Amino acid sequence: MLQAENIQFAYDEKTKLQFPDIHCQKGEQWLLLGQSGSGKTTLLHLLGGLMKAQEGHIKIADTDIATLSASQLDHFRGRNIGIIFQKSHFVRALTVEENLVLAQDLAGIKIDRQRIKVLLDRLNIGHKLQAKTDALSIGEQQRVAIARALVNRPKIILADEPTSALDDHNCDEVIRLLEQQAKEEAVTLLIVTHDGRLKNKFDHQIHLQKQL
Amino acid sequence: MNSLKLSWKNLTHKPLSMLLSLVLFALGVGLISMLLLLDKQVQDKFDKNLAGIDLVIGAKGSPLQLILSSMYHIDSPTGNISIKEARPFMNPKHPLIKSAIPLSIGDSHKGYRIIGTTHEYVDSLYRVNIGTGKLWVEDLEVTIGATVARELKLSIGSNFHSAHGLGTDEIMMHDDVDAFKVVGIFAESGTVVDQLILTNPQSIWKVHDHDHGGEGGGHDHGHDHGATAEHDHDDHDHEGHDHDDHEGHDHSEHATATPRKALTDEVDKEITSLLVKYRNNRDWRSLNLARNIDENTDLKAANPAYEINHLYSMMGVGTEALTTLAWIIVFVSGLSIFISLFSSLKERRYELALLRVMGASRVKVFSLIILEGLILAVLGYLIGLGLSHLGMELLAGHLKAAYQYNFTGKIFLQKELYLLAGALLIGFVAAVIPAIQASRTDISKTLTES
Repeated sequence: MLQAENIQFAYDEKTKLQFPDIHCQKGEQWLLLGQSGSGKTTLLHLLGGLMKAQEGHIKIADTDIATLSASQLDHFRGRNIGIIFQKSHFVRALTVEENLVLAQDLAGIKIDRQRIKVLLDRLNIGHKLQAKTDALSIGEQQRVAIARALVNRPKIILADEPTSALDDHNCDEVIRLLEQQAKEEAVTLLIVTHDGRLKNKFDHQIHLQKQL
Repeated sequence: MNSLKLSWKNLTHKPLSMLLSLVLFALGVGLISMLLLLDKQVQDKFDKNLAGIDLVIGAKGSPLQLILSSMYHIDSPTGNISIKEARPFMNPKHPLIKSAIPLSIGDSHKGYRIIGTTHEYVDSLYRVNIGTGKLWVEDLEVTIGATVARELKLSIGSNFHSAHGLGTDEIMMHDDVDAFKVVGIFAESGTVVDQLILTNPQSIWKVHDHDHGGEGGGHDHGHDHGATAEHDHDDHDHEGHDHDDHEGHDHSEHATATPRKALTDEVDKEITSLLVKYRNNRDWRSLNLARNIDENTDLKAANPAYEINHLYSMMGVGTEALTTLAWIIVFVSGLSIFISLFSSLKERRYELALLRVMGASRVKVFSLIILEGLILAVLGYLIGLGLSHLGMELLAGHLKAAYQYNFTGKIFLQKELYLLAGALLIGFVAAVIPAIQASRTDISKTLTES
C-alpha cells in the first residue's frame, strides 16, 4: 500500500538526508521513531506529497506520486492521504462540521453529512458538530483532526507527532481512537513521532538515525 | 462548501478588518453613482425643455439668466420688454422667424410660476396634451401642470390668488383682485410645463394693472371688480382696446392667431421674453439675427443650445473634479483591500497550506483570495449604489424646493453597469498580488514553521 525506496532529500548541499525503505501493507499500523533532527517530518512530507524527493520512488496504492502533475498530486492527496499534524489547524471561520465538509469538497468527493456525523460520534465528539474549532480543547481538536483525516476514506493516514502536545490521558485516548478507527476503516497508518509513550503500542517500527 | 461560501465565511469571520475597505469603497462608488444620476437627470431636463427653441429674446442682461428664467424657470427674469419693442419679431410675415411666443413671468402661486403666454406654447412648442378640462380661454382662466395640480391639490374649478414675485412669500399677494380659476390640467409630460401655471398675458396685466392703480384705464378697472370673468364682461372689457374681430376670438378653438394680434396692439404693455423658432435655422441670416438684436436694439437675444452647452461645460469642471475625487477614494479603498488581504495572509498562511493538504490546487487557493476581493468590491458597490439612490431620493426634496424640478433615485443608469465593471476590476487588481502570494505558499515549509 505504501512503498518508499532509496529516498533522498537535500535542503542544500550540506544537509543531505537519506531514509530507510518503507513497505507497509494494507491495514498495517507503523510507528516511525526518531529524535528531532532525524528528518522524520521531512520524510512524512515527502510521503504525503507535500515536497518532492530528489531521489527514489514513493508508491501509494500502486501510484508513483512523482509521475503526477502538481494539480493531479493535490487531487490525489485529497483523495488518498489523510494527514494529522502535531497541532491541529482548521479553517477558523468554519465550524467542525463545515471543516469536514470542506475536506470532502476539496477532495472532490460527494458531500456526506451522515458520514461526518458517524465519524464524530465514533470519536466521542458528535456533540461538537456545530462548534467553532477555536472553542475546542487540544484533545478534542486532535480528535476532529482524526475525523478529518478519515472522512474521505483514504488509503493511508500519515500522522506527524499526533500526541506530543497532549497530556498522558489525552495521549492514550487519541492513540486508542486513532488505532481503532484505522482498523475499522482498514486504512494503513504511519505515525511519525519521538514520543516514547507510543513505543510499546505498535509492533511495526522503523527507527530513524540522527542525520543533521 | 463552494469557493464563494468559503470566501464569504473567511471575510465575515473577521468583519472589522475589512470594514474600512468596505466603507471607503461604498463611499467612492456612491459618490460616482450620485454624480451620474444628477448629471443625467439635469441634462435630461435641459434637453427635454429645449423644445426646438432657437432664440430667446428678452431684456438686456445675462444671456444664461435669460435662458434659465424663460425656458427652465429656475432663475429670475432679466427684466421686462415692451410689446412695442417685441412687436417686430411677432409679425407672422417676418422673413426669418416662424414663430415668436410671448411670455409674461413674475407672478407665482405657492412657489409655482404663473406664466402668461399663448396656446402656441403648449400646442407647437412643448406639445403637451390636456389631461382633463381645457386650455385657458378667458382672462384669469388657467391651465395647470400635472405636478402643480398634484402638489397643490388643485382641481378644475379651484380658485387661487397669485403672489407677486417668484418665491413662496405670501406677503405680496394679489388678493385684492379676482382669483384665478383652474379650467384644465395638463397630462404629465416630463417637461417644464408640469411645473407651470399657464394663462394668457392679459390676465397677468390685469392683476398688475389693478395693483398699480390701473394703467390699463379706468374702464377696464371698473368692470374687473364686478364679477369673475364672465363672457359679457370679458367682451366688454376688451372692447375698450380693439373693436375688431373680437367676438370671433372668444369662442374659437384656434385661439392662437387672435390673441397675438390683440397682444401686438397693446403697445404700452410689457412682456418678459419671446421664445423664437426660426423658419430655417441653417440660414446665415438667422445666425446674424441674434447679433443684430444685441447690437441694434435694447433687447438681448440668447441662443439656448449655446448657453446650455456653456452651462454644461461650467458644471463639467465641478463634476469632473468630484468624479476624480470619487475615483481616488475608490482607488484608495482598493489599496486598503489589498493591504487587508495581504496582512491577513500572514495569519492565514497555515490555513491555506491546510487547504492544499486537503486537496486544493494552487488555482483553487488563488481563486479563493480573488473571490474575497471581488466579494468586497460587489458588496461595496451595492452599498454605494444603495446610498446614492437613497441619497438622491432625499436630495430630490431639497432640489424640488429650490428649483421646482423633480429628481428621483428610482432610476438606474447603464453607466452604473460600467461602474460595476470598474468596481470588479479594482477588486480583482487589489486581490491579485495576495492571491498569487497565497497560491505560491510552500506547504511543507509553512507547516513546519508553526
